[in-house]
Formats: sequence, C-alpha cells, structure tokens
Amino acid sequence: MAAIPAPLLARALRLGRRSPLAVIGAVIVGLVIMAAVAAPLLATSDPIDQDLTVVLKPPFWLEDGSVQHPLGTDHLGRDVYSRLVYGAQISLTISVLAALLGAVVGVVAGLVAGYHGGRLGAIIMRIVDLNLAFPLILLALAVVALLGASLKNLVIVMTITTWMIYARVVRGLTLALREREFVQAVRALGAHDARIITRHVLPNLLAPILVIWTLEVARVILMESALSFLGLGVPPPTPTWGRMLAEGRDYLTVAGWISIFPGIAIMVTVLGINFLGDGLRDLLDPQLRRQT
Amino acid sequence: MRAYIAARLATAVLVVLGVSIVSFCLTFLSGDPAEIMLPPGATAEHIAKFRAEWGYDDPLLVQYGRFLSRAVQGDFGVSLRHGQSSLPLIAARLPATLQLTVTAMLLAIVLAVPLGVLAATHRGGPLDLLAMGVALLGQSVPNFWLAIMMILLFAVSWGLLPTSGRGGPAHVVMPAVAIAINLMALLTRLVRTTMIEVLAEDYVRTGRGKGLREVMVLTRHALPNALIPLVTVVGLQFGYILGGAVVIETVFTWPGVGLFTIQAILNRDYPVVQASVFILATGVVLINLIVDLLYVWLDPRIRLG
Repeated sequence: MAAIPAPLLARALRLGRRSPLAVIGAVIVGLVIMAAVAAPLLATSDPIDQDLTVVLKPPFWLEDGSVQHPLGTDHLGRDVYSRLVYGAQISLTISVLAALLGAVVGVVAGLVAGYHGGRLGAIIMRIVDLNLAFPLILLALAVVALLGASLKNLVIVMTITTWMIYARVVRGLTLALREREFVQAVRALGAHDARIITRHVLPNLLAPILVIWTLEVARVILMESALSFLGLGVPPPTPTWGRMLAEGRDYLTVAGWISIFPGIAIMVTVLGINFLGDGLRDLLDPQLRRQT
Repeated sequence: MRAYIAARLATAVLVVLGVSIVSFCLTFLSGDPAEIMLPPGATAEHIAKFRAEWGYDDPLLVQYGRFLSRAVQGDFGVSLRHGQSSLPLIAARLPATLQLTVTAMLLAIVLAVPLGVLAATHRGGPLDLLAMGVALLGQSVPNFWLAIMMILLFAVSWGLLPTSGRGGPAHVVMPAVAIAINLMALLTRLVRTTMIEVLAEDYVRTGRGKGLREVMVLTRHALPNALIPLVTVVGLQFGYILGGAVVIETVFTWPGVGLFTIQAILNRDYPVVQASVFILATGVVLINLIVDLLYVWLDPRIRLG
C-alpha cells in the first residue's frame, strides 16, 4: 500500500463511496484498456484470419455454437470475439490521442484567448464559432474522404472536432482566473506571464480539462465508430467496431450477433467512460456541472 | 440591445464567410481537380486546357472570389455525377431532411421535459434513478446501432414498421427516434438540473406558500423558467442533429440531404459536397443566430436591460 500516496487513495475511496457509478465506470474502462493492451493474449483466434468452413456460426450458448468461437463468427468465418478485442485498440487509440491532441491545441488557444485577449483572442474565438457551426460528422466525413482514411488522418480529423470544446471552457475560466487576487498578487510581484500561466493558471484548469477530456474520449469513440460504420474508418483488414457492425447488416436476420456485439461493445465502453467522467466532475469540480 | 443584435449579426456574417472558405478548400484537399474530373489517361494538353478553361490556373484568391460570388448567386457548379446544377439537387432533398430533423427535435423535447421534471420533483427516488438511467443509456448508445436493432425488431421480426425509404408517417418513426435519442438524453439531464435549481427559488416557495396547487407551481412558475436554457441548448444542438441525420438517413436510405451528401463524398462529387457543406453549415449558423435573438426576447432581463 505504501506505493499509493495516502491522499490519492483517500480521494479514490471517497469517490467510490460518493459515486458507485464512477467505480463501475472505472472497472469498465479498465477492462476495455486491458482488452486493447493484451489483445494478442486475450484473443482466441487471429482477428483477420478467414475460415470459410465456419461461416456464420452462432455464439456458444445457441444451438450449433461452440466455445471455440464464443461470440460466433462472421460471414467470412472470422471470430467475432477476437475481432471485438482487437477493435478496442482502434477505438481507444484514436479517441485517446484525438482527445489529447485536442486538449493541447484547445488549451493553448483558450489560454491565449482568455489571458492575452486582444485581436488574436478574438480571431481564435471566431474560429471556435466557425468550427462549432459545422455539422462535425459531415466535416469529418468530407475531410476523411478527401485525405484518405488512415489511423493518422482519423486522429487529425477527430482533433478538429474536439479542440474548440476545451478552448471555450479554458477561455472562460482563464478570464475569471486572471482577475483573481492571487494572480494579481504574483503579477504585482513582477512575475512574467509565462510563469503566471504555468504556475498559477494552468494548475487551476487541470480538473476541468481532465473532466472534458474523459467526456470527449467517449464522444470521439461514438463518432469514430459512425465514420467506420459509413465505410470511412481505418481501412480493412484492421477490425473496427463500426465496420463490424456495418458488415453484419447484410446478415441481420440470419446472424444478428455480428452486428449486436460490436454495438454493445461501443455502448458499454462509452457508458463506462461517461460514468467515470460524471464521477470525476462531481469529485473535482462541482461548478463544471452546468458548463459541460 | 440594438448594439448586441448588430454585433451578433456581424459575427454570423463572419462565420458564414469562414464556412465559405472551408467549403472552398474542400476542393483542394483531394489534390488536383483536373485529375478527379477528367477520365484517367487524359493527355497533358487535355489537362492543361481543362485547367485553363475552368480557371484552376488563377491565383487561389481569385478562385475563391469567383467561388464566393457564384455561391452567393446559388451557383455551386455542376454535379459531376448527375450532370445538373448542385444547388437544386440539394434543395430538392432538403424537405425530407427537415421533416426528419424537426420531428426528431420535437420528439426529444416532448420526451425529455416530462422525464426531466419527474426526475427533479422525485429527486433521489426510484423515478429519478430510472430517468437518469434512461438518459445515460441514451447518451451512450450509438444511434446507428439503435437504428439497426430497431429495424431488426420492429421491421424484420414484428413487421410493424417499414425498414427504409420515405412515405407515410410510419416511415418517420424509427429514423426520428434514432436521431432523437442522444438529444433526448442530453435534454433530460438539462431539464432535471435547471428544474432542481428553479424549484429552490423564492418565487416557487411564495407560490406554494400562498396555497397554489403543486401542478400550478410547476407548470406556471417553475417550468417556464427552467425551459429558457432548453431553448439555447436545442438551438446549439441543431448541428449535431443534422450530423445524426447524415448517418441515420444512410441506415434507412431516407432520401434526404444527408444520404445524398454521403453518396457525393464517396463518389468524390465535390461540387455537391461543397454546396451541401456550405448550405448545412450556413443553416446551423442561422439557427444559432435565431436562437440567440429568441433568447434575448425570452429573457426580459436582457430584453429590457
């Protein structure tokens, strides 16, 4: 126990007591992360290996199912369970990276707009407005279709859809912080802007940023799976939840499990992250409730 | 207040200009338009002639100016696939999309308001838990998956509703529910939060104190005030709803702008993509503008201040 600092442990325990949903969320998120990281160990078959002798096999609890393919197989005889486990890698990589990049861009933009203000700040906020005016999925679709669908391009496109959320919140909070006495005091003491921002403003922004980040990861997972569903996700043969779902559409009546399980995977993951995000928000920053 | 409206209008114009720049840029993301438009194996002279004819050799700023002046006149170029002007093609599909999105918005509001009020008035009780559970699930479900599951259940298994296309009211049900679900979840939580705040206000206590029935307190005094933030959020979410329509129209082959745009994107029919991105984004800007002005009108503190 000595490895965990006492205050952190106390905080976690308090979170658990106050918000059991957050604990459930943490467990779900932990399981999904484990699936993504340990996919080669957890998968029972190769996710892209086709086996035309076991096409459209049902899950093991249905007649004709077997434990060899616990969640059944798809129209090419690929193991649904193994593809789900590997699919977690894509969903998590894209969403975590995009939400992180979006945070970096958005926080810098928000700090400039809030702390510095001026013409540059005004321009930044107009770009935020512009970005918010687009139906994001349409913009993402158009850009992915034109740039080509790859992991890198998807991360870039998803970043475009998330940075302005941080920018708006960070600007608002920075505007308020700038006028607070303790910031005025260090400025009077002669501190440079860079020092004020990194030592006094940023630390106060970490909690809301973390909360937004969590909720944005959930949103990006939903959007990435929608793009993938429309055929503009990471290209085959890489298994993604969205494409699995789309591929199963043609076999809905005979092999519904191909579409049902990826949908459940997306929903449970997003639900888990939302539980966790809500719990974090209640714990870290009750004031943020109204803003996000 | 005049100054506020003027400033708000100026911002909207700026954003629409930005929208036009982004739409314009979409042409160049894909590389050379000549390569897309001309058949493969076109000769170098052929390409050069094409570029000169269509003005692709001019400086970018000149090209943008031309794009903008044409766009203002409703001319976004000819669809590469349909051989017709893009704007009428999109305009013809707009009513279908509006029918779907407006139905979805109304559905979301009609479900979310009572659910949110019930949750707020029964705070901490089983009804509250149920409402919040529904909201959390609704927020997390991928709408296209819900759409497919509804098709499987209500269309394929039970044969109650048509699987796809646009026709009578029965055709609207499943796509509208699929688009509404995420917004409904968001609004339920919003109504609950604002309602809890409003119920703690003095005027609510006064209403109860003077012996008003609880129904009167809720519907005449608390609810109207709790609904003001709802107006803003619904307006702000219009872009999101349109995005949902793009995906859901594809699932149900609903003949709207969303399906048409997806097909244009997949076919690299960029005059249509440009026109559609421009029109939809401008629509969102206009809706947001209207909502902001409506907000001023709804809230006497801003209207009279």
